[in-house]
Amino acid sequence: MSTKLAKIEKRTAYLLILPSVLLVFSIILFPIFSNIWISFKNVELKDLRIPEPRAKKLVKSINDNPNQIKVIYKLRNSSLTQEITNVKFKDKYPDNIEPISLNNKCQFKSNLLKCELGNWPKKYRENLEIVFQNTNNQEISKKEIKSYKPKLSGKSQNILLTYEFTLNNFKKVIKDKAFIDLLSTTFYYTFFGTIGAIVFGILAAQMVNQKFFGRTFIRSVLLFPYVAPVVALAYTWELLLDPTSGTLNNLLINYQIIDGPINLLGQKYVTLNILGFDFKLRLALTTVIIFEIWRYFPLAFLFILARLQAVPKELYEAADVDGANPIQKFLNITLPQILAVISILFMIRFIWNFNKFEDIFLLTGGASGTRTLPINVYQQGFSIGDIGMGSAVSIVIVVFLLIFMFIYFKLLGKRADEN
Amino acid sequence: MKIKNVLTYCFISSLFLFSLICIWKILVTLQGIELSNFNFNKLFIFGIILCAINLLIGKKLNLNIKVIILALLLSIFDYFISINLPIWYSLGIFLIALFFFNNIKNYDKNFLSKNHSSQKLFFNYLTLFGITLFSFVILFPFYMMLVTSFKTQALLLLNPLDFSINFAQGLPELFKSYFIVFKDYNFGRYMLTSTIVSLGTVIITLIFAIPAAYAVARLNFFGKNFLSTSILIIYLFPAIVLVIPLYTIFSQLGLRNSIEGLLIVYTATTLPVAIYMLQGYFKSIPKELEEAGIIDGQNWLGIIFKIILPLSLPAISSVALYVFMIAWNEFLFSLMFLDRPNTFTLSRAIQFLNVGAETPRQYLMAGSVVVTLPILIIFVYFEKYLVSGLTAGSVKG
Repeated sequence: MSTKLAKIEKRTAYLLILPSVLLVFSIILFPIFSNIWISFKNVELKDLRIPEPRAKKLVKSINDNPNQIKVIYKLRNSSLTQEITNVKFKDKYPDNIEPISLNNKCQFKSNLLKCELGNWPKKYRENLEIVFQNTNNQEISKKEIKSYKPKLSGKSQNILLTYEFTLNNFKKVIKDKAFIDLLSTTFYYTFFGTIGAIVFGILAAQMVNQKFFGRTFIRSVLLFPYVAPVVALAYTWELLLDPTSGTLNNLLINYQIIDGPINLLGQKYVTLNILGFDFKLRLALTTVIIFEIWRYFPLAFLFILARLQAVPKELYEAADVDGANPIQKFLNITLPQILAVISILFMIRFIWNFNKFEDIFLLTGGASGTRTLPINVYQQGFSIGDIGMGSAVSIVIVVFLLIFMFIYFKLLGKRADEN
Repeated sequence: MKIKNVLTYCFISSLFLFSLICIWKILVTLQGIELSNFNFNKLFIFGIILCAINLLIGKKLNLNIKVIILALLLSIFDYFISINLPIWYSLGIFLIALFFFNNIKNYDKNFLSKNHSSQKLFFNYLTLFGITLFSFVILFPFYMMLVTSFKTQALLLLNPLDFSINFAQGLPELFKSYFIVFKDYNFGRYMLTSTIVSLGTVIITLIFAIPAAYAVARLNFFGKNFLSTSILIIYLFPAIVLVIPLYTIFSQLGLRNSIEGLLIVYTATTLPVAIYMLQGYFKSIPKELEEAGIIDGQNWLGIIFKIILPLSLPAISSVALYVFMIAWNEFLFSLMFLDRPNTFTLSRAIQFLNVGAETPRQYLMAGSVVVTLPILIIFVYFEKYLVSGLTAGSVKG
C-alpha cells in the first residue's frame, strides 16, 4: 500500500515539475550546450538566414494579341553563400487559360503549373517565361493571374547542423593581442565594482542603522538605483557627464575646480600627478565602475542592514563599559558579525559583475578602454557578425563562471559545516 | 579639557558645516542662480569661531535660544559675503545652520573631556553628512531626468545648470515632451507591449513555478536534491552566455520580433528564482494542514489551490512583483530579439531613440521617466513585498 502511495507521489511530483524543467532545459541549458557546438563552427550572422528559393511574378500582355499573355517568373536563390537543392515550383492559374508551350521541367495539369527546377547554386538567378493563351473567348484577367502567388520549396543545408568543425575561433580568441587586455579590464571592472559596492553598502547600512527622522524614507530612496530600469539610468548619467552640456562638467567649471570639460566616458586615460609621481588612471573605466557601484551598492546595503539589525545590542553596551572607541567597536564587533554576509555578497556580486553587459554597453558601448568579456561577446557576434567567435568568447565566460561557482559553493559548504 | 580635543572639535565641526552649506549652494546653483564661489576661507574660519562660541556658552544659556542666535549669526555673515542672492537662499542657509547647531548644542567642556570624544564627534557628523550626501547623489540623477523632460531644447542649451521648473508656462507647455513622446514616438504602444510582456511573464512564471515549487518542497521523488541545487546553479548563469545560441535558434524558428519569443525567454530566466523563493516558503507551511486536506479527500490539485495558495499569498506577491520588475527592466534580450519598432518594449524603444537620429534630450528623458515611474511607484507602494523579493532573489542582478 505504502509503496503504491509513494509511486503515486513520485508520479505527481514528476508531473508537477515537468513543465518547468522542460522550459528551463530548452531555453537555458540547451543554449549553453549549443554554445559549445557553435563555438567550433565557422558561422557568421548572415549564414543564419535559411536560404529560400524566391520567385517574383510579372504578367505582361503581348502586343496585338489580346488572347495571349506572357508570365515571367524572376527566380533567385536568396542566399549568397549556400546552395539550394531540389527546388520545386507550384502556381495556380484561372480556368480559362493554358500554356502554349512548356519546357520539359514543367507540367500543367488542372490549372496547376508544377515545375522541378533542380539545384540552384548560391546567388543563382533565372527567368522563367511562359506564354499562355485563353481557351474560351473571355478576356484574360491580369489581375486574377497576379493574385495567385507561386509556392516554392527546396532543401538546403543548415550550416548549424553540419558536422564541419574548426578550432579557429578559439585560436583567434586566445591569440588576439587584446585578449590579455580584455581579461584585465574585465577583472579590474569586476573587482573594483564589487569592492566599491560593498564598502558603500556598509557605510550606508551603518548610517541607516541609527534612529533618525525620515529613516524609512531614506531606506526606500537608497534602493531606487537598484530597482529602476538600467536604460533610463544609463542615459541620464550619460547626459549628466556629457563634456559640453553635461551638468557635472558645468558645475565643476562654474566653481573653478577644473579649467576645461573632462570627457568622463570618452577618454581612455587621464594622468594624475600625486606627490610627484604620474599615475595613469583609466578614466572611462573608472566612470563605468562608479556607475556600477552607484547602481548596486543598494543590494549590499539591504543585506548588511538586515544583518546589522540582528546584532545583539548587549555587545555594544559591553564594549561601552570596556571603554572602546567607535572605530574599535566597528572593527571588533560589527565587522566580525557581518563578515559572513560580506563574503557571500562578494562572491555573488563578483559573479554578476563579471557578466555585466547592459551597464557598459549603454554607457560607452565598450569604447575607450571599457571592453569587457560580455561586451566582446556582443561585438564579435553582432557588430562584426561572427557568431562562432561570439560563442567562443561565451565559452571563455562560462569556464570562468564555473570556476567562480566552484569556489562559491565550496565556501557555502564550508559555512554550512561551521553552523 | 585637552586643547587638542577642542581644536579637532572646532575643525571637524566647521568642516562639516561647510560641506552641508556646499551641498545647499550646489542645489541653489542648479536652480539657475549664478553662484560661482564656495567662499571656503571665510566660511570655514567663521564656522570655527561659531563652534568655539557654542562651546564657550555651553549650557549657560537656554539651548534653543543659543541655537537660534548662532544660526542667525551665520546666515547674516553669509548674506554679507555673497551678493545679490534671493531671500530663499539665505533662508536655506539659516535652516541648515539651525539643523547643524541643534545637533551640537549639547556639546560643552564636559563632553570634550570624555574619552574618544573627537571620534564620536566625527562619526556623528559622518552620519549626518553621509545621509545628506547619499540622498543627494542617489536622487539627483532622478531629479535631473524629471526636470530635463520638462524643458525645451533652447533652455537646456542656454544654461545647462538651470534645473528649475517653470510652472508659470502652464501644464500643456510643461508636459509637451510627454505629448510628443506618446504621439510622435509611439510610446503608448511600447508601454502596452511592456505591460503585456511583464504581466504575461508574471502569470506564466507563476503557473509553472507554483506546482514545481510545491513538488520540490513537499513531495519525495528521485533526483529531488539534484533538482534543488541545480535550480540555484542555473540561476547563476547570465543572459550574455545564452544570447548567441538563443539568437540563432530564434532566428531560424522565426521567433524573433515576436512577443511570444520574449515571453518564453523571460519566463525561463525567471523560473529558477521563482521556484527557489516559493519552495522556501512552502516548506514553512505546517504539514498538518495538508494532511487534514488529504483526510478530507482532496487531491494534489485541491491541496495546492485550497490550502497552499491562500496561505502563501504574501510570498506569491513578492515573487510576482520581483518577476514583474525583472521583466519590465529587462534590456539585453529585447535588444537582441526585437528590431522592428512595432514589437519594441519601452527599454528597447528608449535605446532606439538614443542610438537613432539626433533625438532631443528632453524627449529621451521623458521616455526615461515613462519607463522609470511605474516601477518606482510599484516599489514605493509595495516596498515590503519587493524588498523580500529582492533579498531572496538577490543572487541575480
